[in-house]
Amino acid sequence: MTSTEYIKVENVEMVFETRKGRFHALHDINLTVAQGEFVTLIGHSGCGKSTLLNLVAGLTLPTSGVLLCDQREIAAPGPERAVVFQNHSLLPWLTCAENVHLAVERVFGAREGKAQLQARTAAALELVGMAHALNKRPHEISGGMKQRVGIARALAMEPKVLLLDEPFGALDALTRAHLQDELLKIVARARSTVVMVTHDVDEAVLLSDRIVMMSNGPAATLGEILPVPLPRPRNRVDLAADATYVQCRKQVLDFLYRRHGQPQQLAA
Amino acid sequence: MVAAVFHHTLDSRPAAAPKPVPAAAAPPPPQPASTARTSRPPFDWRGLWLAVLPPIIGLALLVGVWALLTMNSSTFPTPAATFEAAVKLFADPFYRKGPNDQGIGWNILFSLERVAAGFGLAASVGIPMGFILGRFSFINRMVNPLVSLLRPVSPLAWLPIGLLVFKAANPAAIWTIFICSIWPMIINTAVGVQRVPQDYLNVARVLNLSEWKVITKILFPAVLPYMLTGVRLSVGTAWLVIVAAEMLTGGVGIGFWVWDEWNNLNVKHIIIAIFVIGIVGLLLEQLLITIARRFSYDEH
Repeated sequence: MTSTEYIKVENVEMVFETRKGRFHALHDINLTVAQGEFVTLIGHSGCGKSTLLNLVAGLTLPTSGVLLCDQREIAAPGPERAVVFQNHSLLPWLTCAENVHLAVERVFGAREGKAQLQARTAAALELVGMAHALNKRPHEISGGMKQRVGIARALAMEPKVLLLDEPFGALDALTRAHLQDELLKIVARARSTVVMVTHDVDEAVLLSDRIVMMSNGPAATLGEILPVPLPRPRNRVDLAADATYVQCRKQVLDFLYRRHGQPQQLAA
Repeated sequence: MVAAVFHHTLDSRPAAAPKPVPAAAAPPPPQPASTARTSRPPFDWRGLWLAVLPPIIGLALLVGVWALLTMNSSTFPTPAATFEAAVKLFADPFYRKGPNDQGIGWNILFSLERVAAGFGLAASVGIPMGFILGRFSFINRMVNPLVSLLRPVSPLAWLPIGLLVFKAANPAAIWTIFICSIWPMIINTAVGVQRVPQDYLNVARVLNLSEWKVITKILFPAVLPYMLTGVRLSVGTAWLVIVAAEMLTGGVGIGFWVWDEWNNLNVKHIIIAIFVIGIVGLLLEQLLITIARRFSYDEH
């Protein structure tokens, strides 16, 4: 009954009080995400997509309006809504396993024994193909590997919702493509509900069930929501010539560059 | 259109395809050179010279100028005479002939003991205080002007207060060290706490970590490098202060010894004392740098 409205964002406004005065970041945001759905937020930089994600995460609270997750108000961050941060945010003084273990311990520590927790940690790293780096520290592994560990940390908590804030933004194109494929597989297996922020059109079309396109800030709103009716599992090479794929991609590009040109260009 | 969609994978392929030929042809020439290098690594004499030679030249220059200036002096000892006196002095560093005549070893140890006591107290008060100041901006704003006011005060100005309160020389010296070496630890710890990256605190919030876990797994490791910098500065200050404080309070200690030798007009010993103070300070500093390196983490 609630599966169509697992996450619900109602009339959300976000105003930041900055030193330069008030900054109206988000205006009248309404969005619902169904259970098991993969939704991406896309828009030009500075349009408030990360702000919206932080609101869902509970890291910031809206100026007005309500956010619900599983019919409960989002008032604070919680392990049922795991976040993968843009810059991986692994703790540099802990090994990969310890970083993941920190999350595992918090969520399952009360119910499970040490061996079980360790097994969970190992399984999460195995899932993202990082089993070989259990005892390595973040500075010893590459950027793509760090992001994998970040994803493992989020997945290890068995979250109801996975929130991804431009998780592949800092990676090179090949690593990014590879991790996108991995993410598709992992999400399909775990049947997670995912909200992802991105500025990459291909990434959005390839991964999402729906693409939420945001207008430029200040006072950004949801411009348009595009369903992506492509069957899963999806294969990036097959999709390249797929008419639906090309059509979806065109629509997003059209929104971003024709109707809501880059803010820099507008200013110039 | 299609090529543009998959520019990530397709673009790199045509670029990579023609490459293998030159790439396969190119490696052989450097390979023999690199294997030769690994099998017989030439010793880095140049690097060794550059590391060792300049300090030796510097030291030689100092001793040379000193020898030149004291060639015809009757009051100031020559390097050779000072060295001779040092050899005699360090032949028996731990003798005791009454309270005012003890070996140089005892003097150094007593000074170090006072520094350890004063510095230890300062660390046990200053570091927790730094955490509190870094965590609560109200308290920070409350205490900041006081710190700014008291920090530049000369160590010797604190000594009379110590003498007044404790009515004894030794606790007064320890008090002076305490009050002078506490500031760098407070300030650096507080700055470290304020500079803990927001990302790490966000991780703590998302994982909903307990306050204890936040302190032990995130705050403490993140602040540690800053804290150790504060500790290092503090030890330096403590060692500076002890000489001055002991000159005034007396007792056994390297500072008192300098003053005592001045009263004996034994300039050679004063010069030796200067070197000894310098070397001990250097060793303390190096010890703490080693500790700091051991506990600092690599970013990126």
